[in-house]
Amino acid sequence: MPNGHASAPHHPALQHHFDTLEQQKSSSTFGMWVFLVTEVMFFGGMFLAYVLYRTWYPDAWVAASHHLDVTLGAFNTAVLIASSLTMALAVHAAQVGKKNGQVIFLILTMALGALFLGVKVVEYSDKFTHNLVPGPSFEFDAPYTRAAQIFFSVYFAMTGMHALHMIIGEGIMLYLLVRAMKGHFTAQYYTPVEIGGLYWHFVDIVWIFLFPLLYLVGHH
Amino acid sequence: MSEHVASKSLYYTIFAALMALTAMTVGVTYVDLGNANLIVAMGIAVTKATLVVLYFMHVRWSEKLVQMTVLTALAFLMILFAFTLSDYFGRGVLGVAGR
Repeated sequence: MPNGHASAPHHPALQHHFDTLEQQKSSSTFGMWVFLVTEVMFFGGMFLAYVLYRTWYPDAWVAASHHLDVTLGAFNTAVLIASSLTMALAVHAAQVGKKNGQVIFLILTMALGALFLGVKVVEYSDKFTHNLVPGPSFEFDAPYTRAAQIFFSVYFAMTGMHALHMIIGEGIMLYLLVRAMKGHFTAQYYTPVEIGGLYWHFVDIVWIFLFPLLYLVGHH
Repeated sequence: MSEHVASKSLYYTIFAALMALTAMTVGVTYVDLGNANLIVAMGIAVTKATLVVLYFMHVRWSEKLVQMTVLTALAFLMILFAFTLSDYFGRGVLGVAGR
């Protein structure tokens, strides 16, 4: 065998069913992308429901959307884009083998993610105090009472699933941070940082579509 | 191969572009363009998503397999939307009950 894997010492992160670290990284990256395809279809179904209801109740959509805080939504969009930058810089630090850079940028990414979720808590509690949560206590001016409830159902379903993905993302970041602090990631092996980053950026992209579709309906 | 390391300055440039596009999408809602408001907002969102996928997610430098996988996601999303919407919006076209 030209590879001679029986004799040559190999990288500790290289699993036995792969020939090279590069092949292992290709497989992991491909696997993560296949998972992201299923995520696109998962969120795609909710975006499709959004399109149908918006088409059926265009006026109610505008009226209900105006109860969302554009400033907070725009602020959170900026926060998530900044977190995508720090995530990309964490991967960059791993690619060039800088441990401190990985740790700093992963912490920043987590902090920005937590800031996003904190703003979301403020927004959600505001919906509860203003009786805008679908259910028996829902209140909205006629004639849009029923259709506005559908808007807020879609709002909570989509932003709630997005927030759940953010919380899972924070867990992934914590896992990466612990391993980065132990010095597991080098220029030769940083696949977990790379594919963890892919997940984080995907969640950012979902919000890039949610923000204009939920907060910026009609003109202000 | 997949070992392309992009410069930090490229990431900062993409970040600045994403921020500018966010400001643009908020700003344009204060201009009444009628139905075009939605088209502009979606155009900006697609542009932002494309920048994230190509640069932050490295797809511009990825293997062909990964690039095809991304396109597959888009293709199936289009199928989901096109077939469902053609059903919903095509109902009643024939003027026959149930068709």
